[in-house]
Amino acid sequence: MPDPVRTAESPPRATAPPAQPKRSRRTARRAGRFGQFDTKASPYLYIAPFFVLFGLFGLFPLIYTAYVSFRDWTLTGGDNGFVGLANYSEMLSDDRFWNALFNTFGIFIVATVPQLLLALLLANWLNKKLRFRTAFRMGILLPNITSVAAVGIVFGFIFADRFGLLTWLLDVVGLDPIEWRNSRPAAWTAISIMVDWRWIGYNSLIYLGAMQAIPKDIYESASLDGASPSRQFWRLTVPLIQPTIVFTAIISTIGGMQLFTEPLLFGYGRIQGGALNEFQTIAMYIYERTFDSNYDYGYGSAMSWTLFLVIILFALGNFLAVRRSLRGSTK
Amino acid sequence: MSVTRRGVRGIAVVALATSMALGTAACSKDSGGGDSADGKVTVVLQYFGSPGFDQAVADFQAKNPGIKVDAQNMGQLKDFQPKLVQWLATGKGAGDVVMLEEGPLQGYLQDHKNFANLLDLGAAELESSFLPYKWANGFTADKKKLVGLGTDIGGLAMCYRSDLFAKAGLPTNRDEVSKLWPTWEAYAAKGAEFKAKNTGAAWIDSATSIMQPYIMQNSDTWFYDTSNKFIGDTNPVVRKAWEYGLKLGTDGLTSKLTRWQPDWDASFKKSAFATLPCPAWMTGVIAERAGDEAKGKWDVAAIPGGSGNWGGSYLAIPEQSTKKKQAFELLKYLTGKEGSLANFKEKGNMPSNVPALDDPQFKDSTNVYFSNAPTGTIFGTSVKQLKPIYLGPKHQQLWENIFEPQMQAAEQGRSPADAAWQKAVEEGRKLAEG
Repeated sequence: MPDPVRTAESPPRATAPPAQPKRSRRTARRAGRFGQFDTKASPYLYIAPFFVLFGLFGLFPLIYTAYVSFRDWTLTGGDNGFVGLANYSEMLSDDRFWNALFNTFGIFIVATVPQLLLALLLANWLNKKLRFRTAFRMGILLPNITSVAAVGIVFGFIFADRFGLLTWLLDVVGLDPIEWRNSRPAAWTAISIMVDWRWIGYNSLIYLGAMQAIPKDIYESASLDGASPSRQFWRLTVPLIQPTIVFTAIISTIGGMQLFTEPLLFGYGRIQGGALNEFQTIAMYIYERTFDSNYDYGYGSAMSWTLFLVIILFALGNFLAVRRSLRGSTK
Repeated sequence: MSVTRRGVRGIAVVALATSMALGTAACSKDSGGGDSADGKVTVVLQYFGSPGFDQAVADFQAKNPGIKVDAQNMGQLKDFQPKLVQWLATGKGAGDVVMLEEGPLQGYLQDHKNFANLLDLGAAELESSFLPYKWANGFTADKKKLVGLGTDIGGLAMCYRSDLFAKAGLPTNRDEVSKLWPTWEAYAAKGAEFKAKNTGAAWIDSATSIMQPYIMQNSDTWFYDTSNKFIGDTNPVVRKAWEYGLKLGTDGLTSKLTRWQPDWDASFKKSAFATLPCPAWMTGVIAERAGDEAKGKWDVAAIPGGSGNWGGSYLAIPEQSTKKKQAFELLKYLTGKEGSLANFKEKGNMPSNVPALDDPQFKDSTNVYFSNAPTGTIFGTSVKQLKPIYLGPKHQQLWENIFEPQMQAAEQGRSPADAAWQKAVEEGRKLAEG
């Protein structure tokens, strides 16, 4: 919409510059200076939003959490001062913390290994000339865009202990029912299935992208040399997409260590993760202590920070392990 | 306890998702001022479960044209509780009127700076209209600050399936059924008799179901003594109730269900058990889960061991509210006679408001779903002489997060009873003192 004031003013402005050449030179010089400033500063400006957001939502919480972790601070009672490493030492002697850590690692291993392996095989299959290829490629991402809450409800029915779909199916084939929430292995498996169901497609698409970047002539010459498809897969494809595999391993590590929603929904929203905490992950335990039982902000922060360090260490370890084992496969 | 009782609306998950969505809505609304364009003042009411406020809120708005009520259902207590604590801690986001359950109430009373003193808003004159213990429980320890006014209470009864009773050759008439079990021992003995008849149903849903009524009948404290010291390990009644419940389990009288979970919900439709300890609000829970096909099969009798109270909530006004005056009007109406009666009619929640309890609408009420049982008389009997029970600051967490799961594990045979007790006591002390 034209601004009436502006339009009224604009004619004299438009005619003014030719009457004052001096000023125009000055503007030009200024523009030049601005141009210099522009080339130097604008790149920073363009990337600034990331750093501002990271600082606000990444760095600040991290530092603030570290600060809180050294204090006796409850949500209802407020900040009661500095306590040094008390929260951390309490954590080290807390059985529930170690139990949650154990569960987190357990579910991570049960979930991630088959997840990445299946994603790899699925990607290899999708990389071939298939009918309805695009439909399949789009299809495998569908679970990933499904809301976790919906997944939780559906899987809750499937894995219901007494009147669930799976219990019924087991009964039909004459097997004993499994009490999904009452044993560690069963609960871990069920949660892993929920996690894998959502993430296999996502990882396969990443692998597929990497596989398509591999030049076709490599496979042609391999075929001429008489290498079987499975040999080509393990000896060519896998080593060539190694960086991608490392990437997915690290992403899965970070996701797996922070696992929260799936076990929570699997336990019908109970933060304890089973009567005997069979499937309570570390993220759930942090939430329980901070927001559900003790309102202990300081203790929760100490655990959060520990989790952060664990993730870094574990991701690093994974990176090294995956890289080494993939190197080994090329030899 | 009533946490979940209020989670009548299906799976926790749905509630979680809804309350998250509502939570965000509440936040944004709060920062936006809240007065609507038509000159009305908007009062935000946050509640959990199904207190039956719909009709009462509509009536209130009709009577107070200047106030608009934004009633927000926050899902189950366990979904709402963590959010409320965060909002109170950050000073933003809580509604103008919030519902507090009696379990976590003491925790709020300890750190009461986040709540307005209802006495300052003119609540003093309401004392005579509340049951004395319900009135007293809303106060802080020094009795100077009134944080909450009572909504409902849970007078006790025993709900039972008359069709299953007939199948097992037991009497089905509610007066005769009441005479079957003057004590919990008699109740267990009848259970054994019932079991011998192989009806395919268990006697009771779970061992943990008897904990609340049993303890509330027999003790005036539970996990805490009145000076807030943890006595969960030494209170003999807690141990007795625990052992009695587990004995029902080992005798094969329980269905070993975990309450408030989908399997438990489904078991109402599958006729998996014959009796269920039944505070007033439980009638709504049963009717919703068992559905129309079980209408008239359920009935209500007296509970073994005499009267007691199980559950019930309060309404409070957070200090952060900027519309305390209007909020108090709403609070007064919802806990008053007309509001309470509307809640009772909608969801069967029993008033703590004395004029409402005395009103024929409550006293002479019958419940169609429960074979026209005179619920007004059954639940109202002796409720005015109730002994209050002191619950303590972290009662709700102690019961729900520690004792109940451990007891379930013992009942389901996943953990030896003694080990489960030791663990519960040990973790309970840590939580209570931590």
